[in-house]
Amino acid sequence: MSRLVVVGHGPTSHRLIEALVAKGFAGGITVLGEEPRPAYDRVALTSYLAGTSIEDLTYPTPEGVVLRLSSRVVRIDRKAREVTTADGHREPYDVLVLATGSSPFVPPVPGRELDGCFVYRTIDDLDAIRQAASGATSGVVIGGGLLGLEAADALRGLGLATHVVEMGGWLMPRQVDEGGGAVLRGHVEALGLSVHTEAGAKEIVAGPDGRVAGLVKPDGETVEAQIVVFSAGVRPRDELARQAGLDVGGRGGIVVDDGMRTGDPAIYAVGECALHEGMVYGLAGPCFTMAEVAADRIMGGEAVFTRADLSTKLKLLGVEVAQFGAMEGALDVTFMDPVGGVYQKLFVSDDARTLLGGICVGDATPYNTLKPFVGRDLPASPGELLFTGGPANMEVPDDAQVCSCNNVTKGQVCEAIAEHGLTDVPGIKACTRAGTTCGSCVPTLKQILVSSGVEVSKALCEHFAYSRAELFDIVRVRGITTFSSLIAGHGTGRGCDVCKPVVASILASLGNGHILDGEQAALQDTNDHFLANIQRNGTYSVVPRIPGGEITPESLIAIGEVARDFGLYTKITGGQRIDLFGARVEQLPLIWRRLVDTGFESGHAYGKALRTVKSCVGSTWCRYGVQDAVGMAIALELRYRGLRSPHKLKSAVSGCARECAEARGKDFGVIATEKGWNLYVGGNGGFTPRHADLFASDLSTEELVRVIDRFLMFYIRTADRLQRTSAWLEAQGLAYVKEVVLDDSLGICADLEAQMERHVAGYADEWRATIDDPEKLRRFVSFVNAPGTPDPSIAFETERDQVKPILIPLEVVRS
Amino acid sequence: MTALREDLETIRWTPVCSYTDLLPERGACALVGDRQIALFRAFDGSLFAIGNLDPFSGAHVLSRGIVGTRSAEPVVASPMHKQVFSLVTGVCLDDPAVAVPTYPIRVTGTTVEVGSR
Repeated sequence: MSRLVVVGHGPTSHRLIEALVAKGFAGGITVLGEEPRPAYDRVALTSYLAGTSIEDLTYPTPEGVVLRLSSRVVRIDRKAREVTTADGHREPYDVLVLATGSSPFVPPVPGRELDGCFVYRTIDDLDAIRQAASGATSGVVIGGGLLGLEAADALRGLGLATHVVEMGGWLMPRQVDEGGGAVLRGHVEALGLSVHTEAGAKEIVAGPDGRVAGLVKPDGETVEAQIVVFSAGVRPRDELARQAGLDVGGRGGIVVDDGMRTGDPAIYAVGECALHEGMVYGLAGPCFTMAEVAADRIMGGEAVFTRADLSTKLKLLGVEVAQFGAMEGALDVTFMDPVGGVYQKLFVSDDARTLLGGICVGDATPYNTLKPFVGRDLPASPGELLFTGGPANMEVPDDAQVCSCNNVTKGQVCEAIAEHGLTDVPGIKACTRAGTTCGSCVPTLKQILVSSGVEVSKALCEHFAYSRAELFDIVRVRGITTFSSLIAGHGTGRGCDVCKPVVASILASLGNGHILDGEQAALQDTNDHFLANIQRNGTYSVVPRIPGGEITPESLIAIGEVARDFGLYTKITGGQRIDLFGARVEQLPLIWRRLVDTGFESGHAYGKALRTVKSCVGSTWCRYGVQDAVGMAIALELRYRGLRSPHKLKSAVSGCARECAEARGKDFGVIATEKGWNLYVGGNGGFTPRHADLFASDLSTEELVRVIDRFLMFYIRTADRLQRTSAWLEAQGLAYVKEVVLDDSLGICADLEAQMERHVAGYADEWRATIDDPEKLRRFVSFVNAPGTPDPSIAFETERDQVKPILIPLEVVRS
Repeated sequence: MTALREDLETIRWTPVCSYTDLLPERGACALVGDRQIALFRAFDGSLFAIGNLDPFSGAHVLSRGIVGTRSAEPVVASPMHKQVFSLVTGVCLDDPAVAVPTYPIRVTGTTVEVGSR
């Protein structure tokens, strides 16, 4: 049986042993680590200072691997095939892997040994910096690259006045050019950091106590600091290999071939200590690839490491910075927004058709959309791509990532469609995992299905062969009032989490009483079922309606008292309301009893329904306002409250063209004019933002309400499941919807208006009806056999003087 | 058959609620010892019991999911991220490597009892 010994226990080493264990390596694995603790996520190191525990950062050691910590290897005996540690332990090997990483480079500056000088690489380094920071007021980081800014972020987080000293002309010179560096500097300085470029460290000077007191720049200026962090690059740890007579590069690094093997066939080197084709890699991605290649070779495979892509995308100090492909080209096109702090540059070939690379600061969207096009023809002109984001139907190359949560490319999706004959999104999800995490790529998956020539079934799910719009007509025309009669007559099986909420919504839109009445209750999603929004720890949040965002001091106090008495976390929402978090199921009726008694009603934040009509303060107070925006917003919110629809509905009213209520980002937005109101429809924020289209101008109040009535009801009748007005409008076409709603081309407007009148007349507060009905209240218990016992898995801690959930770490669920 | 009888003998039954406490096609949660067990009453009246812990989100919420069928198999969808679990086997049909525990359940008279070994 072969004995594998790994020297070094960092992320790359961990990845290697994980890969070997996964591949079923039959021999013994011994890892000798220099640090006193097992491998941890060094990329997330800075989060340690922000409170992430060592346990959270530590990688789990695979079973069966022998780990020897605080064991620094000092010698390799290639002849005897054994390594010796500083404490004299000898470990024989058949295969040896060097994963010794790198060490921070400390330039030979006078004073660098003083107390108060640090490097930034290990948890021990961070502990030492944290300890020193408690007696310090300011700190300086030498090096303005990626790691330097990380370190600066850490010092800033420790409450120090922070300086960054960079030799080059701008920050992050390896990732961005001078223009990008200037924009990045703006962001960094806006956070209160001081940036010194074209500046090194001439000397580090001590104070009377012998500790660091400041850094002298080459121009003679002294930057006062009690802490100095060196972050001026790293050097490969190749001393063991050197001593053992293995080849090392002129500037350091253990020379390896494409299989990560050194000159000695029994010795491999991976990670930051390895030199492949003259390159040392410091990024996690290429290092992990090396680990995978070495593991494959050790198992007898023929994997090959090729020159790695150095594209990077990261968020430093809250600023997105990204670089992909080449950093120069025959031509370049730059988009620069100094106000928004955005800098985007594309490098293209001399005919401006082939993309060579790009740089982004402040907004890395082009990295996501354009990186797959490097070395290929651009889908549009560079200017169009930077200024408008490019055409909506950009044909994405096969290797473009469509699901970033699960790293699935378009090619993998297409392959799965062809191989398994997939015809729907659930099929893609099951085969590729794409779309299973955040779900924001599901529209893209649908597009890929369509463009693959697959006839996309409009069937809602396996239980109904109809689309939502068709089901709506069946229910409306036939006067169906229960799910059971609908599925018995027009479907199969007993429904699922897709069709049941759809049918519940249709029944509610058509006015079938309280959503928890009778059989309807079983159709509702958990949010509708408990009339509250489920949160990650299984508790719920509560949002009382605050029409138009207008609220009296008494009502504010009432909300505050409820939140205080039930220990809820409170937050102002984007829709000018107040969200109360952390309510357990059995507390919801008690909370709502109090809210209802003080005049509040359900805000329907839990429903696919009208949420809120936001407003600016309007002509009543604002010196620019031309109409009473608040009054209009309240009237609209009260008219459409409780209206169930294919997806949530948001609205806003602005009192003048300055548009402070952001009405054009809403499903229906109203903007006051001198003569009346302009109506905009189909706006959206979210994953695919869209500005609303002007639908009708200078309407009187009465006309406005009539047009909105028709528009909403037409949307409710014809939209797909979970299709917001923006996507619906794109699918139907603005001109067509105008014909139907404004010119009554289908002759249905009287019907639409009558349906809305029935909704308005039939509205009743869902929560008031619930707390008055013992039958409905039965569901609000923690345990059916112990209704008074709170769920013991729910616990809170305190953050910024409010509760926050304590999340129980998930055990590995996959077998 | 012998094995089955042995199983029955070693199961400890705990009464948790009356049958009518459970709504058709909806779940409820019972606390048995320190275990949270999600109980479901299907449309045809049959009962199922699985662990209440959603292995994907780490929250004890499966009893609050929507009950239905997938290819005739009775299922519940997690209310958190909609993964579907078989009420019969506890296996996640969207990710068969994941499963939640299942528990024996029966009605004695009008009382629902959950079994544990």
